[in-house]
Amino acid sequence: MRRRTAVPAVAVGVTLGMVLAACGGGSDEGGDNQSGKAEAKQNAAVGQIFKPSTKKGGTIRYANADDFDSVDPGDTYYGYAWDFARYYCRSLTMFDTKPGDEGNKIVPDLAESLGTPSDGGKTWTYKLRSGVKFEDGTPITSKDVKYAVERSLDKSVLKNGPTYFNDLLDLQGYPGAFKDPSPDKLGLKAIETPDDQTIVFHLKEAFGGFDYIAMLPATCPVPRDKDTGSKYKEHVVSSGPYMFDTYEAGKSFSLKRNPNWDPATDPHRAALPDRIEMQLHVNANDIDNRLMSGDLDVDVQSIGVQAATQAQILNDPNLAKNTDNPTLARTWFAAINPDVAPLDNIDCRKAVLYAADHDGYLRAFGGSVGGELPTSLLPPSIPGWQDIDLYNFKEHKTGDPEAAKQSLQACGQPNGFSTNLAYRSDRPTEKAAAEALQASLAKVGIKATLKGYPSGDYFALYAGKPSYAKSNNLGIMLHGWGADWPDGYGFLSQLVDSRTIRESGGNYNLTVKDPEIDKLLDEARTKTSIEAQQPFWAQIDKKVMEDATILPGVWAKVLLYRPTRLTNVYVNEGLGGYYDFVQLGVQE
Amino acid sequence: MFRYIIRRLLASVLLLVIISMITFAIFFLVPRLAGATSDDLAARYASRAADAAQVHALSERLGLDQPIWVQYGKFVKTLVAGADYDTGTGTDHCSAPCLGYSFVTQNPVGPELLDRLPVTASLAAGACVLWLLGGVATGVMSALRKGSVFDRAAMGTALAGVSLPIFFTGLVTLSVFSYSLGWTAPGGSYTPLTQNPAQWAYDLLLPWICLAFLYAAAYARLTRSGMLETMGEDFIRTARAKGLPERTVVVKHALRSTLTPITTIFGLDLGLLLGGAVLTESTFSLPGIGKYAVDAINAHDLPKILGVVLVATIFIILANLIVDVLYAVIDPRVRLS
Repeated sequence: MRRRTAVPAVAVGVTLGMVLAACGGGSDEGGDNQSGKAEAKQNAAVGQIFKPSTKKGGTIRYANADDFDSVDPGDTYYGYAWDFARYYCRSLTMFDTKPGDEGNKIVPDLAESLGTPSDGGKTWTYKLRSGVKFEDGTPITSKDVKYAVERSLDKSVLKNGPTYFNDLLDLQGYPGAFKDPSPDKLGLKAIETPDDQTIVFHLKEAFGGFDYIAMLPATCPVPRDKDTGSKYKEHVVSSGPYMFDTYEAGKSFSLKRNPNWDPATDPHRAALPDRIEMQLHVNANDIDNRLMSGDLDVDVQSIGVQAATQAQILNDPNLAKNTDNPTLARTWFAAINPDVAPLDNIDCRKAVLYAADHDGYLRAFGGSVGGELPTSLLPPSIPGWQDIDLYNFKEHKTGDPEAAKQSLQACGQPNGFSTNLAYRSDRPTEKAAAEALQASLAKVGIKATLKGYPSGDYFALYAGKPSYAKSNNLGIMLHGWGADWPDGYGFLSQLVDSRTIRESGGNYNLTVKDPEIDKLLDEARTKTSIEAQQPFWAQIDKKVMEDATILPGVWAKVLLYRPTRLTNVYVNEGLGGYYDFVQLGVQE
Repeated sequence: MFRYIIRRLLASVLLLVIISMITFAIFFLVPRLAGATSDDLAARYASRAADAAQVHALSERLGLDQPIWVQYGKFVKTLVAGADYDTGTGTDHCSAPCLGYSFVTQNPVGPELLDRLPVTASLAAGACVLWLLGGVATGVMSALRKGSVFDRAAMGTALAGVSLPIFFTGLVTLSVFSYSLGWTAPGGSYTPLTQNPAQWAYDLLLPWICLAFLYAAAYARLTRSGMLETMGEDFIRTARAKGLPERTVVVKHALRSTLTPITTIFGLDLGLLLGGAVLTESTFSLPGIGKYAVDAINAHDLPKILGVVLVATIFIILANLIVDVLYAVIDPRVRLS
């Protein structure tokens, strides 16, 4: 799931960290999850509900500095869009609408219970709740869910969404609903609907975490006779508490209450406001100003306030008390390329890990506001995470030149070596991190030449294209990755599985090519419970660090401004650090 | 004059074709010459986890796999005959001049540009009235009172106006007048003129003033220097010697002469603004052509970028044509032939 990334100014990074510390920030403000708190202070909405409320009414106003990739549930990959879609669509499962660790739990939504695995985890069966209707009053059946998944498979028409169903289902060449020759467009054999309340998924291989996949918006039901393909986003038919009232492409849209939503069938959504308004393509600095002046309620992208606003907020206790600084399931890191000499030698790669200035890397991303110093790839918010510090990062926060020199000796490069360091040139934070890394590597004789590339083509044409990276001697490539959902598979599957690497480019796994890791991923996948999978994530994380193909840079955090008008506010851990939109209310 | 206008319009069409070819080549041909394949280009618009087959299918759908001249021919066809687009469940028709379908949103570009044109036109119209009145009047007054306190204050303010970028003045004025004092509309406010003229003016007041401040400053300096030069000319002395009232000398003789270069600049400025007041629209979050262009560039949305370039070109060409025609009205010595 894509989270747009905040770009805090480097120059204020250190100051911000110090200021936050002075403001008494931190995520250790404990709270009662049930009752919540009403006193405004930093992180008042992290781990607890701030201003708990059940009062309905009012209009909640959202703004977006960009646009949704799509509001069509079968065509979206942005994290905030998944969060927002819960207003108007109900998937089979969802992350629980609770603060703290409870939010990490998958619960049934459109389904009456979690999936029942059979055939060793290759078949998953869900029963739908009865009484759930579309906005026009038509009862929702399992066929509507099947059709929704089928249409999402066609990545030439609905091109934005993830490909988990394409990868996991036993498609047998099925081209997607739009090219389905069968009259009812329900020709996919991998999904069965034995009756109107039951849906059965047949997978190619066993996969224990399928309840996470059933959480994807692509399982939100779509009535086939109302589907308009790539234009469906102009009027998505609601199955949730709100339905589209207006839609102006690229400008704005609004939602109103869905009269056919029955709260008795939906134990998870508070649905407090009467109306939801969304403005698109709003100046990011203007969004901050409007949040602080009370003219706006939520920045839907939730990437955190802009650098200038950050400094302003953290220097003013009256503003700082209205902020939350949650940890995300995201890591900023440097991929170390084993295809490029002399980094094909593990000791040379280790020299990079030892020599790196971890504090400098963190400062580039805004200091303690922007994240925390990592010791491994997997962020701590992923269940199953273990504290792994193979290279003593915690002790040597600015690098360990002695250990680096020993590693250089071991790899036959006692005087260091030269390589190229790639980063996204339109991201000031990455440029600053690249410069910090370059400076620390130079201390042990590793000469890294900075090579900036446009972020739009970074993975398709440059760092993510193995032939380009190799021929251009890209030994170190800066990167950042957020989990599609806070789970080891959601975080690691695209990032460390060597079989995902394509010569044609567009890769996110830039450097991890270890058959043992692939094997561990396969083993984890076949476990039929999420809990049984979790020990594997730590094993994989440790193996990645042993291979020294990734230098972790920052476990990311984000600074969110919480307008005083909002009620019932908390950060949902399962959604990856966003406010739980569907629970928010407003004071009129 | 009629023949002159027809000749200019025909030349404009030729210019548009050349510009469309150059723009098309920059975005579609140059990457190919640099070694990017059609699938590389399509990968920009594919899902993050799309495999090679899915990227290739998308490349075919977007027509990127076809020879470049075929792609250009199809683009030209959308201008004159419209386009049909496969939505998956049916066909969507977009009437000419369609300008193709967005690679990102899959919406037709032409209707979107038409939808955004009133915003840009409203912004440009209001601002140019303000800056013409304010800038030219200030310039004339400064010239007539050269060296006075008014002149110095006006030129100092003009210097500030030229120096301060709109993304600074815009955010500061929004912060003060909209969010602190509540006098003006917040960013992103726009009401169509036909819907509520008073609200239209209220919503656009701050963008107008900020944009006009920037331009008025330049126009005031330009008018002042032109007036100072003209007021020293022989024909002004002759006019005064004939006993004409000072107001007639200044307005009918000096200002009229000074207006010729100002009209030239105004034509270009207005044409550019109608093609998209990029910074103003971005700062005030106005959904006009300029903001559309910025968003298209950020998203690498080639059909949208191409559409904006063509629309902006049309406005600049038209504005220049109108200015050339106006020369004959302003300056009797000019004869169009």
